[in-house]
Amino acid sequence: MLFSLNKKQVHGATGAVSFEGRSEPIVVLIHGAGMDRSVWSQQTRFLAHHGFRALAVDLPEHGHSEGPALESVAELAKWIVDLADYFGESLHLVGHSMGALVALHTAGYHKNSVSSVSLLGVGASMPVHPELQEAADANDVKAAQLITSWGHSTRHHLGNNPTPGLSMTGGTQALIESASSGVLGIDLMACATYDGALGSAEQIECPILFLLGAEDKMTPRKTAQPLIDTVSSSKSVIDLPETGHMVMIEEPDRVRQELLTHMSN
Amino acid sequence: MVEPEFRRFDTRALHAGQHPDPSTGSRAVPIHQTTSYVFDSVDHAAGLYNLETSGHIYSRISNPTVAVLEERIASLEGGVGAVCTASGMAALHLAVATLLNSGDHIVASRNIYGGAFILMNHTLPRFGITTTFVDPRDPEEFAKAIQKNTRLIFAETLGNPGIEVLDIDAVSDVAHAAGLPLCVDSTFCTPYLINPIEHGADIITHSATKFLGGHGIAIGGVVVDGGRFDWDASGKFPTLTEPYEGYHNITFTEEFGPAALSMRARAEGLKDFGACMSPANAFYLLQGVETLPLRMAKHVENTKQVIEMLDNHDAVQWIKHPDHPSHPDHDLAKRLYPKGAGAILSFGVKGGRDAGRKFIDNVSLASHLANVGDAKTLVIHPGSTTHQQMSDEDLETAGISEDLVRVSVGLEDADDICSDLSKALRASQR
Repeated sequence: MLFSLNKKQVHGATGAVSFEGRSEPIVVLIHGAGMDRSVWSQQTRFLAHHGFRALAVDLPEHGHSEGPALESVAELAKWIVDLADYFGESLHLVGHSMGALVALHTAGYHKNSVSSVSLLGVGASMPVHPELQEAADANDVKAAQLITSWGHSTRHHLGNNPTPGLSMTGGTQALIESASSGVLGIDLMACATYDGALGSAEQIECPILFLLGAEDKMTPRKTAQPLIDTVSSSKSVIDLPETGHMVMIEEPDRVRQELLTHMSN
Repeated sequence: MVEPEFRRFDTRALHAGQHPDPSTGSRAVPIHQTTSYVFDSVDHAAGLYNLETSGHIYSRISNPTVAVLEERIASLEGGVGAVCTASGMAALHLAVATLLNSGDHIVASRNIYGGAFILMNHTLPRFGITTTFVDPRDPEEFAKAIQKNTRLIFAETLGNPGIEVLDIDAVSDVAHAAGLPLCVDSTFCTPYLINPIEHGADIITHSATKFLGGHGIAIGGVVVDGGRFDWDASGKFPTLTEPYEGYHNITFTEEFGPAALSMRARAEGLKDFGACMSPANAFYLLQGVETLPLRMAKHVENTKQVIEMLDNHDAVQWIKHPDHPSHPDHDLAKRLYPKGAGAILSFGVKGGRDAGRKFIDNVSLASHLANVGDAKTLVIHPGSTTHQQMSDEDLETAGISEDLVRVSVGLEDADDICSDLSKALRASQR
């Protein structure tokens, strides 16, 4: 789907289901650093056929959305608020990694724009290894390799993908390699400099779901605990064993079902 | 300095795509000799058919044993996905049929497997797809042959039977400058010798029957999706970038991003044309892939010894193998194939066609048959077998002379291979 937001072209996947003439609640799936809507390929189409208008969005300068890239989590959250205003209703937000911080911040400080929030691969802080930042800033393919290497659990490095024939690590690396020049570095910097996660968590009033990989090396499970402890609204925490940072790719069936259950409630 | 950590090639050849079977503990990949899979519910079935959820429906579309082989080869090649097929020719057809429509055009190397040449030169034109054949050694020829309706550049990483070495980087630059993907057949190399995606290739096909399987016991093919080509930016591939009514108007690039090609190939080409790989063949081929690094290392080592023997044999007119200094691509081969440029070579027997025939009739250890990449050493005379449908002119263009004998060097003791070939060469001169 292509549409214009703040005079910029925005692109997203809707599971090939048009929003036109439909009134189901809208779920917006927000990708992580250097990625795009296709990271949600195992969830978007399912949600679009299970009671939601689903929009796996390309953030500015990602995928096919027009730039420039936004440089902070707060700016990205404001962009999500603009998206809610565009549709004229509050949104169910699903965010992964950087996208989780964006969803968290939006839910914390723009309450009227958010119906529920689901966070995958999230931590109270997201420091970035300086060599990863350096490689990303230099548009070095090593950045994609590092994220792929750290993003998947030991088990899933060897694959056994529920989607026949697809390589988990191969897909992740190709996706990050496809990012526009400089975008990954900007995204990582936005993650590293964001210090508002706990403050956002304090403010949240909508239901919140955490989907967390036990073997997450990018945002280790323990870094999510302060967020979980801080949130006082209705919360669910799903711990996924033998799962890394790329939760929605490694456990697509479980993520689909947990998102549906959470948002349907 | 921090470095990415991935399982190495030899480990992935054994493990990628599989974990021990959770219900039985089977360590080896089980043969799922079954056609169909039980749905949890009507909603589950609908989701599978609509590409909303992942899993198996019917073994023409996907099968658990075949899926392990697909994921393993995708991993070894560094691709985003792979689709296995009934044969190597079915793999080439699947790649073409997924991307091209009637009225489209291919620019292909003229030095390719005879079956692939016939497909492109005679069969595909019946369906409105035409091909211009060019010298694979000249990237400029690829560029000059590109037309407005060209949709694919195709070549073999190592040509057949002259073992022309494709400068993958240069030809992929030509293709990408024209907004086209480069598809390479890498059957002779396997991912052990080269990963074409690292050099710019976008699609890889294999006849898995050959070195991947390695034992001459199962026919199969595979299409590997590199996942790096920007189909949307190219704007020439509506099968991937426009809604497909066959799946409720799904647009494959929008939904699946880098995996658009492999998803469409499975959802349409494999499902509708039906050239799927059998689970038993996938099992046999997996046994081969597990020892691929060991076998390929031995194949190329034996090849070096055979080249040395032939080089010193009075009955040999010429040798074609990129590891031989006389080969025009020797320097390129040293750059692209540091482990060795494969185990297929050709040579000319002094005395022409009759001497070549005598040579074939006098080998005893080597087998005379139409295959390559077996564990056993194989020989053939292409002019009278694999390439016999080609005209004299086409044979000459493809570099196939009357005296040409092709050898697929096997895994026997190298001294025994050399002894057998040497004796047959002596007999050819009587």
